Amino acid sequence: MLDGQAARPFAELSGVSKYFSGARALEGVDFSCRRGSIHAILGENGAGKSTLIKIMAGVVQPDTGTLTVEGTEHKFSRPSDAAKAGIVCVFQELSLMPDLTVADNISISDPPRRFGLIDSKAQRDRAERLLARIHCEDVDPRALIRDLSLSRRQMVEIAKALGKSPKLLILDEATSALTSRDVETVHNVLAELRAEGTGMLFISHRMHEVEAICDTLSVFRNGRHIETFDKGARTQNEIVKLMIGRDIVHKFPPKPPPLVRKPHLAIEGLKWENRLNGVSLSVGKGEIVGLGGLDGQGQKELLLALFGVLRGVEGKVTVGSTAVLPASPADAKGGRNRIALVPEDRKTEGLMLPMSISDNLLAASYDKVSQGPFIDRAKSRQAVGDAVAQLQIKLNKPEDPVASLSGGNQQKVVIAKWLMTDPEILLLNDPTRGIDVGTKQELYRLMRELADKDTAILFYSTDYAELIGCCDRVAVMYDGRIVTEFSGDAITEEALVAAALNITKPVETPERQPVPA
Amino acid sequence: MSTVAITTPPRASAIGMSIRQNRGFYGALALLAVLYIVYNLIHPRGFSTNVFIANTNESVALAFVAMAQAMTVIMGGLDLSVGAVMTLTSCIASEMVRGEPWQIVVGCIVSVAAGAGFGLVNGLVIVYGRLQPIIATLATGAVAVGLALLIRPEPGGEVDLDLNWAATNSLRDLAETYHLFEDGEASWFQPIAWFPVPLIILVVIAAAVWIPFRRTVTGRTLYAIGSSEGAAYMSGLPINRAKLWAFTLAGFFAGCAGLYLAIQTGSGSADIPQAGAYTLNSIAAVVLGGISLLGGVGTVIGALVGALILRAISFYFRILSVDPLLQPLVEGVVLLAAVSLGAIRTLRVKNRLELFR
Repeated sequence: MLDGQAARPFAELSGVSKYFSGARALEGVDFSCRRGSIHAILGENGAGKSTLIKIMAGVVQPDTGTLTVEGTEHKFSRPSDAAKAGIVCVFQELSLMPDLTVADNISISDPPRRFGLIDSKAQRDRAERLLARIHCEDVDPRALIRDLSLSRRQMVEIAKALGKSPKLLILDEATSALTSRDVETVHNVLAELRAEGTGMLFISHRMHEVEAICDTLSVFRNGRHIETFDKGARTQNEIVKLMIGRDIVHKFPPKPPPLVRKPHLAIEGLKWENRLNGVSLSVGKGEIVGLGGLDGQGQKELLLALFGVLRGVEGKVTVGSTAVLPASPADAKGGRNRIALVPEDRKTEGLMLPMSISDNLLAASYDKVSQGPFIDRAKSRQAVGDAVAQLQIKLNKPEDPVASLSGGNQQKVVIAKWLMTDPEILLLNDPTRGIDVGTKQELYRLMRELADKDTAILFYSTDYAELIGCCDRVAVMYDGRIVTEFSGDAITEEALVAAALNITKPVETPERQPVPA
Repeated sequence: MSTVAITTPPRASAIGMSIRQNRGFYGALALLAVLYIVYNLIHPRGFSTNVFIANTNESVALAFVAMAQAMTVIMGGLDLSVGAVMTLTSCIASEMVRGEPWQIVVGCIVSVAAGAGFGLVNGLVIVYGRLQPIIATLATGAVAVGLALLIRPEPGGEVDLDLNWAATNSLRDLAETYHLFEDGEASWFQPIAWFPVPLIILVVIAAAVWIPFRRTVTGRTLYAIGSSEGAAYMSGLPINRAKLWAFTLAGFFAGCAGLYLAIQTGSGSADIPQAGAYTLNSIAAVVLGGISLLGGVGTVIGALVGALILRAISFYFRILSVDPLLQPLVEGVVLLAAVSLGAIRTLRVKNRLELFR
């Protein structure tokens, strides 16, 4: 260990805040990390972990506060600035060019050159060296990235980062795509790097992994740095409690008493690529089933698969007593299926922004307001009027472009569009993201009303409070599978967070203790 | 920690790997070979250097335009002005490539430089005007044709006849014209004397520009942009510089096409339909040559091969006595088939939402 270097912080943030279009991502964060240490950063969805590392890696710039590296204040305006100061990040979204070779990618930003031209021999040797360092000798530097498996690509990404000789290496969910063999390799590499004096920030949702390799842990919540402590200083239960904690209390409509329902939508062993690894779930008529878990565990893919967007889905889906696996969204909404999906991103998948509000509302149900090949104007006006009234959409004229509405009202248009198709099964992909509290509460009420009219609702949300407040049952996903289901009073924040982190033992804390802030 | 025994699996040979990674290119090469061999087999007079020379002559301009198109398609763009820039430079060349030897040289340089300059303007408009390449070049292409009409309102011009003869025939004719190598009769010269000059021009320029360019960071960045522009940006690559270079080189190749066309025909003409036809054919040629219209895959050499394939197909019309009225229809179907090859990739997309991104 390098004692002198390890003692004093390598990088230090003080009073850092960052806002994205008014929404707080980080607020008043003081944080430091040192060399020769593996430092875990923990937090729920939206806790500010990604923003923190993006600031340190020069991807985004803080609105206020300072970043000090080795005693000098820095303002990184691009990732290469951060790399010069010794901070290199392995991002969650891969930064590799699929059509270039492994060697090209590893040396992409500063390839070895001879007479001004790229020296491919030297570049290959360099790739061999770096791949050997992370024990990936089996990766051929001449292979194209697109021919490698996801796990191998991630390893190449790590080799690429090491090629920049980092003093601080940031790993953002870098092990989430790895096979267990590669995970072990990475752990060994990280231990070696630590011994050589490299500092590491390790963002992971896998609790056991954090416990296994990290020295120091920091917990973030709602854009604030809550606490930093040494490994072993707190138990898993305590860590989970630090991660929870909310500012806003939502009001939810009362739930009906729990009852056992006959499955209406039944899913069995659903598989797709490596994102869905055998999902089995059922939703009854009049039931709201929540999908929980951390981001990217296959929740979105599950909804897309049910809506016929994905190709090559395996498994069995039955609605009522007939087997269905829609071939396309048109197939999903039409015929006997009557499935509707409120998509994740309303700006690209939900709305045609320049078109009018009424056209957007009618987009999924033109067949209902048509007379032969022509759209019946009276019928469509009637249908639009009904939808606007039902969801209380605040608008000037239905002929205005939908882009002129506020975010909450835009989302209401998306939902109203699908309600107009009179769905039996409603799939909701994080429908309350980025909308105001008032509209959220209207949506919660609407969901319950629809359920009372026998609609089967499958509801993915990144907000645990919503899952607890709205759902009759919650299924928590991890790594493309459903790991646990909770119903009734068993749906608690502690249970959901623990299940999301795939801590197998349920957290036994009957009463909540105040969390130090 | 467990020590994993490190076993390096046997690796594919360099050639095997290259073939596997460039199936499109090698497929195109094979197709060209088959097409041209069969053509010569069924040709009434069999293979002759005269026919070979005539064939290469007719292919040079399209090959250059296809290489121009390749520069922009590799980075995921499209240049709809390549045909028009070729027309513009051929009109400039028809005015300037004549007179004293030094005037001829200056004329050639000015023509090609005009093409490169026009390409640079395309690049500037696209990079700093933040326009989509397809729209920007549609407009600048119209400007190029307009300029060509001003320079040459009527078809014509008197391009140097010696140059016309030397550049469009065999090496022996070249040597004879300029009194080199004992007027082309030197004994060492004989084995290569039959070789067509146009093919040499094409291959030398393509290799001299492309091979070094591909090994620069700028060239690498071109592929990175086509492969994943976001990742290229996040890797701190010089994206703007690469785009400017891509369009400038596209202009350069289009300029070469125009210059050669002027030398070959001895004249220039602001032929608007011809400009459009060359642009369309250039797109078909890059697809045939194994370049992905999505960007990131393929080489300029592939585009050259693609152009030769298109030309080889048209040579068949002459010897098969196809009704001339049918010819445009057949050519159209071939073009459609060629650009459809570009869609094969989308069959592998597993998330249909990605088709729309």
